[in-house]
Amino acid sequence: MSESTATQVRGASPAPRSTVAPRRSRTRLIVVGVLLLLLLVAPLYVNEFWLRTGFAVFGAIVGAIGLNLLVGTTGQLSLAHAFFLAVGAISYVYVSGESGGIGIVKLGGLGLPPLIGMIVGVLLAGLAGLLFSPIAARLRGIYLGVASLGLVFIGQHVLNSWDTVTGGFNGRAAPEFSLFGFHFANQDPLLFIAGVPFREAERLWYLGLVIAGASYWFARNLLRSRPGRALQTLRDSEVAASVMGVNVQRYKGRVFLVSSMYAGLSGVLYALSIGSIAPESFGLEVSIQYLAMIVLGGLGSVGGAALGAVFISAMPLVFQKYADVLPFVGTAGEGGLAAGEAARFLYGLAIVLVILFEPAGLAGLAGRFRRRGRDAGRDPGGGPIAAPAAAATGSSTTDVPSDRPAQGSST
Amino acid sequence: MTQFLSLLLNGVSLGAIYALIALGFVIIFKASEVVSFTQGSLLLLGAYTIARLSHPLGFWLAALAGIVVTALAALLVERLIINRLRGAPVISLAIVTIGVDIILLTELIRRIGSDILNVPHPWGGRSFRIGDVGISQNRLIAILVAGVLIAIFFAAFKYSSWGVAMRASAEDGETAALMGIRLGRVSALAWVVAGALAAVAALFLVGAPTPGVSPSVYSVSLRAFPAAILGGLDSTGGALVGGLLIGITESLAAGYQDQLLFLGRGFGDVVPYVVMIIVLLVRPSGLFGTKELTRV
Repeated sequence: MSESTATQVRGASPAPRSTVAPRRSRTRLIVVGVLLLLLLVAPLYVNEFWLRTGFAVFGAIVGAIGLNLLVGTTGQLSLAHAFFLAVGAISYVYVSGESGGIGIVKLGGLGLPPLIGMIVGVLLAGLAGLLFSPIAARLRGIYLGVASLGLVFIGQHVLNSWDTVTGGFNGRAAPEFSLFGFHFANQDPLLFIAGVPFREAERLWYLGLVIAGASYWFARNLLRSRPGRALQTLRDSEVAASVMGVNVQRYKGRVFLVSSMYAGLSGVLYALSIGSIAPESFGLEVSIQYLAMIVLGGLGSVGGAALGAVFISAMPLVFQKYADVLPFVGTAGEGGLAAGEAARFLYGLAIVLVILFEPAGLAGLAGRFRRRGRDAGRDPGGGPIAAPAAAATGSSTTDVPSDRPAQGSST
Repeated sequence: MTQFLSLLLNGVSLGAIYALIALGFVIIFKASEVVSFTQGSLLLLGAYTIARLSHPLGFWLAALAGIVVTALAALLVERLIINRLRGAPVISLAIVTIGVDIILLTELIRRIGSDILNVPHPWGGRSFRIGDVGISQNRLIAILVAGVLIAIFFAAFKYSSWGVAMRASAEDGETAALMGIRLGRVSALAWVVAGALAAVAALFLVGAPTPGVSPSVYSVSLRAFPAAILGGLDSTGGALVGGLLIGITESLAAGYQDQLLFLGRGFGDVVPYVVMIIVLLVRPSGLFGTKELTRV
């Protein structure tokens, strides 16, 4: 009799737990699944403007996740992100571009397949990060922020001066992407899916989706691994981290490496999305935009960084498109704000307000909303919250007899 | 040789201006542990106010108004934002000043547009010559004024009760507060002084040989960052040395541009950052900054 109840209880006790925990993860799974599905079918329904914006956003997501690993997770303020973006973009354009000339400028180029260009871009950006990391590892907090500021200006100078590679002041065109003979361009081969012509915008959309998804996944896993936890400890206290056996210098160097590789990839995507590169696209403002993304999204949260990237990078483009509909936004000089200015005002304001009132950013807001939703779901019935608790206490009391030998042996 | 001397003199004058701005960074950092990225746009605000008001008010009143407006703007930033974030991580504080900077800068650039606003300095664009070595009068006066201001500042920092209060709160904020020093007031005053210094720097920065107020003044003011970092963020003397060092190297690099052509055109504009990175490689806390020690 007692045995049967015990088994019954034991059989029942995991049940409520398993319904509560998986229900949460199931809703999450559903949300993620629906989102993914929407993103996958979007090119069938959405026009070219949104697809192009989407590709730019995917690029920004990659960059923001990378910066977030450095600033949000590890607590190293860096304003040099634009520089690493530039390294990635330039390497791609140089390695995959054809040599030739625009006007008096002679352009060099290796003409290798774009995939190799992309990989080289990522690796060279990582190398640049690694070269900077001796400085980064020695400097603390705010000194690093200002030192990295220098990198942006030096990068700008190099971009303007080294014109055989970068095209100088006017920049140069970025070669189209192709993968094993499949071109991410308007023709060649012509492709129709469900009656919708798949042109450059549609093809690039999927490329961006895959890359952004992989970047997100990698960062999530990184944060849950030992290095990820080491980096978070590093942010909270370097002394504590080194006492726990974390090699502070080496980890700082490595996180710079990873972050700048992310930036390099993002730079390649940027070059693809604009179709050309110019020095002015990699100025200090870009670094600040990325900083705004991760602050808005919530420092340290990978999902937050992605969300922040969506807002900040899409905003100017959308403002530009709907300039005549939106209030305050208009053509410059006629009292209205230019699209870029309106966007700058908004993200400047967003940075200030987020840090003042919600330091955890959008991710923090979402978390609070989710918690409130869960509480609200439990309260009126009283059942869902009471039942697991009762079951838990019940199971523990009935479990005691069977656990006693173990307890007895320990005392 | 004359070229070298004249570049050196111009470098010193530029360095004096940088030192004023860098001093602002350092004061703010000492008083409220904030690295203020707002300094650049505050400087532009000062320059813009002076240029806009100098027509109706005349130069002297406009200069005074510019200094007051900039100091008030700095005070506003401190009261409304920084003061509420006491105890927040250094990085958040730095980022919030970047946010303020974006807002202010965007508005100023929008107002200035593509014009170059002229500031009618009474001393005009004439230049002053000692033998063959020439310098614009504007820059010469800048050296004098900056020298006097910096001397006053150091005296006040050392002897006035404000200076003592500030040094005490920088040394150990908690103990200082227990001794009856009002940290909020110290910090507010530091921002006001930094704002005023930035406006004075702006006054000379937009005179000859610079054509006038344009958005590019902002990027010049950013170069005071390396100056502050170079000397050590918490060292007032370091700001002075850093400013002069940056000013002189920049002036020399720009002057000998033709010999440095392999480094690209306009290398003078980036040389402050190169110098900064080299110095930081050797001394991570700047030349005179206190080394951070950690005890466990």
